Parts: sequence; C-alpha cells; structure tokens
Amino acid sequence: MKKLNSKEFNVKEFAINNVVPIIFIVLCIVCIPIAGYSGQYLVSQIVTRIMRNSFLVLSLLIPIMAGMGLNFGMTLGAMAGQIGIIFITAWNVVGIPGLLLAAIIATPIAVLLGWFCGKMLNMARGREMITSYMISFFMNGVYQLIVLYGMGPVIPIHSDQVILPRGYGVRNTIDLINVRQSVDTYWQISIGGVNIPILTIILIVLLCLVIVWFRRTKLGQDMRAVGQDMEVAREAGIKVERTRILAIVISTVFAAYGMILYLSNMGTLNTYNSHSQIGMFSIAALLVGGASVSKASIKNVFLGIILFHLMFILTPQAGKNLMGQAQIGEYFRVFVSYGVITLALVLYEIRTRREKAESAKQLANLQKEGAKA
Amino acid sequence: MSEMTKPLLEMQNVSKEYNGNPVLKDVNFTLKQGEVLGLVGENGAGKSTLMNILFGMDVIHQTGGYGGKVLIDGKEVKFASPLDALKAGIGMVHQEFSLLPGFTAAENILLNREPENKSVLSLVFGPRANTIDRKELQKKAIDAITKLGVSLDPDMLVQEMPVGHKQFTEISREISKSSIRLLVLDEPTAVLSEKEAEMLLKAIKNLSAQGISVIFITHRLQEIIDVCNKVIVMRDGRIIKELDAANTSITEMARLMVGRDVNAQSAMIEERPLSPEVVLSIKNLWVDMPGEVVKNVNLEVHKGEFLGIGGLAGQGKIGIPNGIMGLYPAGGSVELYGKPIQLNNPRACLDSSLAFVSEDRRGVGLLLDESLEWNVAFPAMQIQNKFLKQYLGGLIKWRDQEAIKNVTDKYIEQLQIKCTSSKQKAKELSGGNQQKICLAKSFALQPKLLFVSEPTRGIDIGAKALVLKALREYNRELGVTIVMVSSELEELRQCCDRIAIVTDGAISGILPASTPSEDFGILMVGKTGKEAM
Repeated sequence: MKKLNSKEFNVKEFAINNVVPIIFIVLCIVCIPIAGYSGQYLVSQIVTRIMRNSFLVLSLLIPIMAGMGLNFGMTLGAMAGQIGIIFITAWNVVGIPGLLLAAIIATPIAVLLGWFCGKMLNMARGREMITSYMISFFMNGVYQLIVLYGMGPVIPIHSDQVILPRGYGVRNTIDLINVRQSVDTYWQISIGGVNIPILTIILIVLLCLVIVWFRRTKLGQDMRAVGQDMEVAREAGIKVERTRILAIVISTVFAAYGMILYLSNMGTLNTYNSHSQIGMFSIAALLVGGASVSKASIKNVFLGIILFHLMFILTPQAGKNLMGQAQIGEYFRVFVSYGVITLALVLYEIRTRREKAESAKQLANLQKEGAKA
Repeated sequence: MSEMTKPLLEMQNVSKEYNGNPVLKDVNFTLKQGEVLGLVGENGAGKSTLMNILFGMDVIHQTGGYGGKVLIDGKEVKFASPLDALKAGIGMVHQEFSLLPGFTAAENILLNREPENKSVLSLVFGPRANTIDRKELQKKAIDAITKLGVSLDPDMLVQEMPVGHKQFTEISREISKSSIRLLVLDEPTAVLSEKEAEMLLKAIKNLSAQGISVIFITHRLQEIIDVCNKVIVMRDGRIIKELDAANTSITEMARLMVGRDVNAQSAMIEERPLSPEVVLSIKNLWVDMPGEVVKNVNLEVHKGEFLGIGGLAGQGKIGIPNGIMGLYPAGGSVELYGKPIQLNNPRACLDSSLAFVSEDRRGVGLLLDESLEWNVAFPAMQIQNKFLKQYLGGLIKWRDQEAIKNVTDKYIEQLQIKCTSSKQKAKELSGGNQQKICLAKSFALQPKLLFVSEPTRGIDIGAKALVLKALREYNRELGVTIVMVSSELEELRQCCDRIAIVTDGAISGILPASTPSEDFGILMVGKTGKEAM
C-alpha cells in the first residue's frame, strides 16, 4: 500500500524536489526572446558547451556516490591538467598526441593530489565539502608558487611562449594554438549548420559508460555502502578509508582529463584563474541539473550543463538589450552560480530533516495503531 | 543424534573484572550443536560481558582480558577481534540494526560478500573492478531467507521495511555465511510485534533443526519456554542456575532473576497514607523514543507521593518522562492539576512547573563548559526570570550574581557537592557530583512535580546513597511530588511509596514499595507473568 502511494504523481512534491531546475527553465524561457539569438546559434553554442564541460561535471559523480558530497577538490585535478598543458605547450607537442602527453603528465600529479585530498577528508569526516573547498584554496597557493617561481629556474621550461620575459614564471595567459580544438575537429560533421564533433562525443559517451559500469563493480557497490553508513560498511569488512580515498583519486584524475579537454576546446589557458573558476561552475551546473549533495546521476549532468550554460549564453545579451550593458550578464553568471550552490546546500538539509521527521511520525502512528489493537 | 551430544561451545571458569570490580565470576556452561540456549538476567547481570568475551570485543582486551577458558569443539580459542569470531562460525545479531537503508534486503544480506563476475579489467585494476553478479546475489539471498523460513522480499529497500523485516534481514545476513554454526541473538523480539516475534521463534526452531546452535537473550520468559532447550539464569555476574526449559516456569525464572535477600531492606522507608488528590494523570500515552518505546501508559500520580517507575531495559520506562517533557514525539493526554499539558513542547512543560533530571546528564543535563553557578541558575533564569535584576520596567535585565552565588552555595552545602568553588566548571566534577548539580538545577526551579530518570546510573555507591537521600528529603520535607525512573528495583524500594512496573510499553502493575521483590520480578516479565501468579 505504502509503495503504491509513493508512486502516485504528486505535483507539489515534484516541484519541491526539482525546484532548482524549474527556476532555471523559467529563467531561460524568459531570457530567450529578450536576448534575441537565433535557434541555430543557440544549439551550436550549447553543443560546444556540452563538449567542453561534461567531462568535468561527470568527474563529480563518484564522490557523491561515496557519500562525500560535492568534491570542491576537483580544482586539484584541474591544476594537474593545467600543468600537463603548460608542459606540452612549452615542448611544442601538437594535436592529439600533445593532448595525450598532457594527460600522461597530469595523471600521476592528479593521483598524488587526490590521494592527499582523500587522506585529509578522512580526517575531517562529516565536513568533507568545506574541507575540500579549503584544500583547493590551500593547494592553489602551492600551484602558484610552482608555476610563478618554480617554472624556469627549478623546473626547466624555457619557451618564450610560456615563460614571462623576466626568465621565470608562467605567463598570465597562454595561447594553446597547438592543441586548439584538435579533438573536436579531428572528425566533425555538420548538421543544419551546427558542427558536431564526433570524436569528442565518443569520448564523453565512453566516460558515461565507464561510470555506469563502475556503479556495477564491487568497488562501486562498496562506495555506495560507505556513502550510506560508514560504520555498517566497516563492520561488514569494507575498507572504508581506502574506498573513500579511491573515490577522490578517481574524481581528481577525471577532473584532470576534463580540464585538458576543456582547455583544448577553449584554446587559451588562463594560468592563474581557470582552475578555481571551473570547480565552482561545474558544481553549479550539476546542481542546476537537479542533483543534490547525496544523489546525482548522468541525467543531472547533461540537463545541468544545458540549462546552466544556456543561461550564460543568454544573460550577457539579455543584459545588453535590457540595460545596455553586457557586463550585467557576466555579473549575473557569478552571482547565480554561488546562489545555486547555496540554495542546493540549504535545500538538502531541509529535505533530510523533513524526511527524518516524516519517518518518525510514520513510526509513531504505526505504534499508536499497534497499541490500540 | 550422536552429533547433538558433541559440545560446540564450552566455557570453563570464565571471569572478568573491570577496574577491580568483578562483573563475571566462575561462569561454566556447554552448548551442543543445534541446541537453543536461553540467557536471562536483570540488567547488569553480566550477559553482555559474557557475549563480549565470546566475540573477543575490544572492550574486553582494553580492560585486561578475562580469566578462564572458552572452548570451541573442545579446543581453546582466544579471539582477538569479532572478525576472528566470525571466521570461527559465530554470528551475532545486535539490538541495534546495522543495515544500509538505501540497499535492498538482498544487498544487505550479502554486504561485502557479493558474488562477482570475473572480468578482464580486474587484471589491470584489481579484484574490486569485477562487476557484481546480481542474479547470483539474488539467489544466495533467497537461499538464506528460505533457510531461516520467513517471508521477506529480497528486493525491498531496508528503509521501507517494517522493523520485523529488518530483524529478519539482519539474521539472514548472519546465516548466509556458509561457516555459521552459532548464532547469538540479543533481545531480538524487543522491537517486534507479537506476530513477527512468533515468526522469529519459528525461525529459531528451523535453524536449530538444521544444526545451528543459538544463544537467545531475552527478557520475555515465555519465549524462552517456547523455543529453548535449556536456560541459564544469571545474577550479579554468576550463573545462578541452569534449568531445563521444558521443566521450568516463568515464576521460577523470575524468582531466580531478581531473588535477593528480602531482609536486607533496613533502609526501607515507613509507609504513609496516600493523598487522594491526583497531581498528574497520564492517559493513553505513547512515545516514540528509539529503544524505549512507550505504547499505552495510564498512570495517576498523587500529591506529595514518591512514585517509582521500574522495569527491564528497553521496555519503555525511560520513554515516559522523555515523552511527557517533549524530548521525543509523543501522543495521548497528560494533565497536571487537571490542566492538560501540551505534548511535544518542552517549554510548555517547563512553564507548567514540571522539571526533569535526564538520564543523559552529559548530553542534555549539563552545560559542561560552564561554572556550577551557571548550571544551577540557568534554567530558572531562562524559564522563570529568577536571579535577574530588572531595570527600566523590565526592559533591561541583569543577572543577579549574588543571588546566583547564594543559591549555588546553598545547594553545594545541602547536597554535599565536592568542588573547589561555585565557579568551578561542571565538566571537572565526578559523575556523582555532576548528578547532584543536575538535581540542584531542578530544585532551583522549585517544581511542583519532579521527574528523575536513572539518577544513580554510573555513579559510585557512596554518591548513590547521597543522591537518593537528597531526593527522599526533598520529597518528605518540602512535599514535592517526585516520579523516579530507575532500572534498579532496590533503589526504588528505598525511596518510593509506590512502584509502577513497565513492561512492553505499558504499566503492568503498581505495588506498594514494601511488596517483596519477587512480585515485582513477575510483573517485569510481562502479562504471561500475571497468569502464572
């Protein structure tokens, strides 16, 4: 009986559970006519954004499965990816081999950073999100030290393209002409004026399959178990700490690959900013897709990227058309992503508390009936 | 039958001390294959310690190990951890479930023992990259459920299950382990409805028929008679008697469980007439307190009386004050001096001059990092605006430090609280003295009715006597009505006028404190006990 009830479609319940995506759908519908872009332009833009971001957003799924919340530490993976990209640009390795080399350089760095982050998060159980957020700030300092002072004198990089004229430190922005869109243009078809990069799609589908497969492995099952109750999992003999570290390591490595793809698509590296922005935007996109701190699916990833980035495309133009300033859209974009993350965190707490109260009420009612009988 | 005679488990002269206090003395028993052994005794009789030794729990090793021998198949074993015990084929189902709410019954049953499909990828990434064989998992889970002989849907999520099914899932998990030979069930029926309990008892018989031995710990003595081959009655760390379940009665077991020397009651208080005026009347109270569920309590407390509430652990006695004071979801009607009290609202209770000394003194009762003065005065300040100096017609309220200090010093003297000064922090005091601070705090509220829950839990004998004396004086001299909940019957008999016994979430009887303890013992074991009388 109870099961039947819960399957009935309840509009109010649905709206409460999906409030974030619904807000975004409404906003996008309002903004489309104001911005006045053509349908073709919007579609091609969204395809680009999906190609650019999905790998990064997908990397967030595994820590959520292991009950560690949103991995703000994916910034660490992004740093590893950037270091790979800096090297291949300096060594002048071009095209897809260049990207592969970048991935090979980034992997050990990402594993190391992920392992470090996972270790830290095991010590700060129950406060994973704020801790991973702070770790990303802390490691940002280390990254800057290496990139700004280490590269040149300590790490031998002597390319004028990469190093500042003073002889050490990496430039503020690096032009990635060598690898720009080399994956996307490798095999591309055009449908109705929209360019579809087949190889990128294959890569993304492959990652989705890996995640689906991963959920069905022993390790995936262990992660779900650890995510629900660490103590129960430990009693059953699952190595809780190791499993949690693995979840973060895998996420960090995927984030590094995601960052390499992202940068190659963008064509420029913003050495000191790209990574810190990307963590925030990826998490916001996932949440916009309807994910929560404890539950996220591949569906959330793609819906989130479409809605969140549609918003980004529309707001500068809408802002310009309404107020005569494109700046307002840029402002909106940052403001919205922080807002969404806050909203999602608060909603999650409210929902958990409500569910707890609900189940207590149910139990009490059952007992009341039992007492009467 | 020759198999039945072989002892699976044997304990020889097992003893255990905690900091010099003996908690187990000279325990000897044997358990044959396929036998069901009932283990009964009051709280603190040593049942849990005995099981902790059997499982090699950390708490035993950390407190200096144990004396005597544990033998399995005639060979001595010393388990270093519960995992070793599991390997030897001993499984345990605890009172608290350890299940994953978002997993199905099948997933929980085979947690971390999932059947796997070998895949090529595992050569690269290690065995954890094998995928799980869902079909085989399902099959194995169903096997375990069938072996237990209960109806349980393997695909149901644990969070959607009624309590009984969770219990079955837990037991199925133990018996799905192929090596399982001995299963320990700790109060498995406490949370079950009657029908579910019946199913479980049947399942125990099934297991026994399949050659699995069971140690069954319960407070429901009828169940012992129903399923066990033999019964061990424990009291004060000793095995008082080993009985043949077929030839014993509830009365006999109950008497053995609580049977102390009745003439040791020198401290018993004189009887006095009960005032006809009812102060507190409780009707159809239910409380959803985990582990202490109250189902249907009807109780009247008379003016000026000292009422005791006793009963075995988990039967709901602690739930009564916690429910009335609004700390757990509750329903029913409670009237104080004829005026209804709003339930689920702690503030309303406090406003109507009820006070509560919680059993959880570190969690709920005290502000550990604050001074004694603060601890004593804070509730009275918050609730009744006491110890405050008012200025500008009450707009500005300042603490009256002097009044606070005076009242604290008064109670420190009265209750003989050992402390350096009234400024000392609450966390620096010993357990007994902390308990006294909790009492002082509620005395400062000057309540009409005081609830005291387990006031002597975890404090030493000297402090115990002082706490009880303070309560007794408070009741006798100031005429404050007190309701005290305690697991220790003797303690209740030393203070109370009447004692109500709670069994299975309801009052099973109220007797004058001077009644012999055996009669209370019979009430504690529930309604079947009444029939046996």
